[in-house]
Amino acid sequence: MDIITTNNLELWYGSFQALKGIDMKIPEHQITAFIGPSGCGKSTFLKTLNRMNDLVPGVKITGEILYHGQDIYAPEVDVTWLRKRVGMVFQKPNPFPMSIYDNIAYGPRLHGTHSKAELNDLVEQSLRGAALWDEVKDRLKKSALGLSGGQQQRMCIARALSVQPDVLLMDEPTSALDPISTMKIEELMSDLKQQYTVVIVTHNMQQAARISDRTAFFLLGEMVEFDETERMFSMPSDKRTEDYITGRFG
Amino acid sequence: MNTIFFLCGMTAILSVVVITLYMVLSGLPAIREIGLADFLFGKVWKSTAKDPQFGILPFILTSLYGTGGAILLGVPVGLLTAVFLSKVAPRRVANVVRPAVELLAGIPSVVYGLIGMIVLVPAVAKTFRLANGTSLFAAILVLAIMILPSIISVSETALNAVPPEYEEASLALGATKIETIFKVSIPAARSGIAAGVVLGVGRAIGEAMAVMMVAGNVANMPELFKSVTFLTTAVSKEMSYASGLQRQALFSIALVLFLFIMVINVILGCILKKKGGDK
Repeated sequence: MDIITTNNLELWYGSFQALKGIDMKIPEHQITAFIGPSGCGKSTFLKTLNRMNDLVPGVKITGEILYHGQDIYAPEVDVTWLRKRVGMVFQKPNPFPMSIYDNIAYGPRLHGTHSKAELNDLVEQSLRGAALWDEVKDRLKKSALGLSGGQQQRMCIARALSVQPDVLLMDEPTSALDPISTMKIEELMSDLKQQYTVVIVTHNMQQAARISDRTAFFLLGEMVEFDETERMFSMPSDKRTEDYITGRFG
Repeated sequence: MNTIFFLCGMTAILSVVVITLYMVLSGLPAIREIGLADFLFGKVWKSTAKDPQFGILPFILTSLYGTGGAILLGVPVGLLTAVFLSKVAPRRVANVVRPAVELLAGIPSVVYGLIGMIVLVPAVAKTFRLANGTSLFAAILVLAIMILPSIISVSETALNAVPPEYEEASLALGATKIETIFKVSIPAARSGIAAGVVLGVGRAIGEAMAVMMVAGNVANMPELFKSVTFLTTAVSKEMSYASGLQRQALFSIALVLFLFIMVINVILGCILKKKGGDK
């Protein structure tokens, strides 16, 4: 079952074409990884999936992206609804300068949950979902900025989970973290896919190989190859993919 | 060469020390003679009467109410202008509004006073059917406009310094732009905004010229539509002809004003220090 489908997606920043004719089907409850050298368009593509690219001035997008069959760029689509359904975790941990509790409760409050009991439940559930509850349950009212980098990033994952999305986009979520924090987040991702669909951009090919079910290789705005991860890393069908994963460039 | 730098630096410090000492020394005698409580809490100021009374409560309260009123009007307008410039306005529009705000800061206070006197005071009289438009209300309006530039520019700087990652995180959770501004950007910039407000308070409480031209300068207890006297104008309107105890009492008023300003500066210092500590 595919949760997101893109058809001939093209994107321009002004006169620069950043994405060229991307056709992709992202399967539900799997981890899909995007790999490729810097500037290949993988992050840009990720951000079209929750329309965060709307914020960039001079962006033009053609083609379609279907989420549960609904074109998310159709005029009647409410972007806030889309972003609630398709959550995002960024490259650099970006907790709000508030308490851990308020960080997690931010999204639910925004969407109309104000009952204290409900919020408490959501906060606990989200932090458990991000494997952070036991570490922070005694200091929920303390500033989130006091957490370590890895904890901050898991808190950001918890914050994304708090609005109950069904897709989680992750833009190089471990690139700013140490190996142990990275490992924790990778373990977490395998748990997350039971309940969510995870799409991750990564610079790190080993990471893609370790955690993802499917991998897409991007180069210069094109999607060169998209296949089951195991297959892609053992017998890539495109010469460019092979060159990249064997480390001949990138 | 180092000596020259040192001497220049000393000029500023020395001025502060000398002014402070002078204010305290010249302000205390009258207070001692009148009595601190009678001076600060006396409701009647009749400096030139046969049996003079020197109560400055009307001036203190007028300055507080006037400043409070100006803040009440000026802060929402100033903050929203800063939000507009920092987050909403297209660059071309912002580039017109921003210099206008800076220009507002550069207008001499006597010009504010003049326009207040010629335009605002009659308009207030007409709107509220008063015999005389010179009033606390007119002074509040003028002060509210005069404090706008400091609130706007300091708040805008603070809002511009909010890391875009905060705003992205909020938008990615499905917040609208407006929700993001009010729930993330403004709270994240609050110490900078507070600094702007305190600067505005300082400007309002210390302003004399513009206020003198629109407030009527009668030593009434403050009422919105009555002529009133501020701490500043109490000094400036009588100084040219005052003598004896009256003259000394004016110095005492200046000392009270001086203390207010000092307190405001200390508050500002604390806010800025705390802001530095956040990072």
